[in-house]
Amino acid sequence: MILFENVGLRYGIGAEVLRDLTFRIDGQSFQFLTGPSGAGKTSLLRLLFLSLRPTRGLITMFDHDTATLSKDGRATLRRRIGIVFQDFRLLDHMTTYENVALPLRVLGKDEDTYRAEVVELLQWVGLGNRIDALPPILSGGEKQRAAIARAVIARPQLLLADEPTGNVDPNLGQRLLRLFIELNKTGTAILIATHDIALMDEYDARRLVLHEGRLHVYE
Amino acid sequence: MSTSEPLDRRVESLAEPWDELEATPLRSQGPQVATAIVPQNSIAGRSLTAVVAIMTFLAALTAGAVMMVMSAASDWRADVGREVTIQVRPMTGRDMEADVRKATEIARAAPGIADVRAYTKEESARLVEPWLGNGLPLDELPIPRMIVVKLWNGPPPDFAALRKTLAGQVPSAGLDDHRRWIDRMRTMAGTAVAGGVTILLMVLLVTILSVTFATRGAMAANRPIVEVLHYVGATDGFVASQFQRHFLKLGFRGGLIGGAVAIALFGVLQAANSWLTGTAGGDEAEALFGTFSIGFTGYLAILGQIVLMALVTALASRQTVRRTLKTID
Repeated sequence: MILFENVGLRYGIGAEVLRDLTFRIDGQSFQFLTGPSGAGKTSLLRLLFLSLRPTRGLITMFDHDTATLSKDGRATLRRRIGIVFQDFRLLDHMTTYENVALPLRVLGKDEDTYRAEVVELLQWVGLGNRIDALPPILSGGEKQRAAIARAVIARPQLLLADEPTGNVDPNLGQRLLRLFIELNKTGTAILIATHDIALMDEYDARRLVLHEGRLHVYE
Repeated sequence: MSTSEPLDRRVESLAEPWDELEATPLRSQGPQVATAIVPQNSIAGRSLTAVVAIMTFLAALTAGAVMMVMSAASDWRADVGREVTIQVRPMTGRDMEADVRKATEIARAAPGIADVRAYTKEESARLVEPWLGNGLPLDELPIPRMIVVKLWNGPPPDFAALRKTLAGQVPSAGLDDHRRWIDRMRTMAGTAVAGGVTILLMVLLVTILSVTFATRGAMAANRPIVEVLHYVGATDGFVASQFQRHFLKLGFRGGLIGGAVAIALFGVLQAANSWLTGTAGGDEAEALFGTFSIGFTGYLAILGQIVLMALVTALASRQTVRRTLKTID
């Protein structure tokens, strides 16, 4: 599904922050991305999310060479990837329902065609009673679940999560992990970037470890 | 992939990770009216509307003032240009009354003349009264006599031919077509109009710049929305159109407020002018500024400015969105 071949990345004229990355992410797979702070996790996530271009190497996503894609082509491809940010990035003037439905609205879909689906998903992530709530009054865990729901509502083939348990207590972290596992069972490939060793120990999955810009894969 | 399955069927097969947390029943309906993607009543948006309103008001005021100067200048020129005078000077051995009558006849017979009126001896005396005082023995003073010749609106008569006829038949008469005065007036009016237009252009430029910067300021508050839309897969065109539509509305609202206040102000000035007509101050003001009417062209210019402000706001927002998207990607 996604293939990195000898990918390198540098910002400006600085040293390479990512070096010779060669790995693949298969459909329906589950993996953790970890490594010390500054190892390049966020940069790798941004490459995976087409928000950065590599300075060298080849990235193939869903059978497309990303280097040859137009801006709109990148936007179209991005719709097949969901992302959950550590800081949630929910829009404060929109209700939970509207935040979660946003990717479908952006696709130009009529609300009648997705209302039931959004409500169903909100119920599934435990936000059935928070449909009309605005993000500022949601708890951290609720915001995280709303962000996850928004990331998966358009049924992406890959879900990227940046430190999803960084702002929640261990108990909530375990619940969130359970949610990701359930999503993976529905066929979505998952990549969770995290520092949380305890979280990774909870679930036996592939580990991508970044160290000094190089990637080590532990199957 | 199994993602092709309907979500509800997929969900049914799953364990509920949050089931023990949720006791409250699910609400069956989401909101009925979708919230706009760009917040409608933000502080930044209101400030932008105020800036656009104030700048449009100032620009409209300048445009109206320039229109009034243009119209007044053209009235001054027209008034002076529609009148010429024949001066009959006293000359030894000639009958002045006969010369005045003859000159009047010649003027009346010329084509393009609407009216000819000779000043009487007493009226001529009154003209010099401010300098010489009253109660003078007029017969002893060689006071020239004036004949006022009013012209038709249209092409000017042949002054050269009239001057020649007068010189041949009434040697004591001279024709003054106010050419030098009109030339000076034209230069003065032209300078006033050019100055006004320059000021108007500068005000418009300042307006465009301040509206552009205010729009960028308001857009800065919306950067998180641009980013989120980008991350959920919106194309650049979609994001730009959302903001452009919103800012076009804001700009139009601001422009409409500023333009409407300016139009109302001109209306009040015009009404006040008509109430004051006949009073000394009113007549002076009317002589200087005309009727305070900016005319159809003036109102059209203000409407044009309203549209211009709305477009500037929309385009500035579009440009800012594009720039923001470039920094994200």
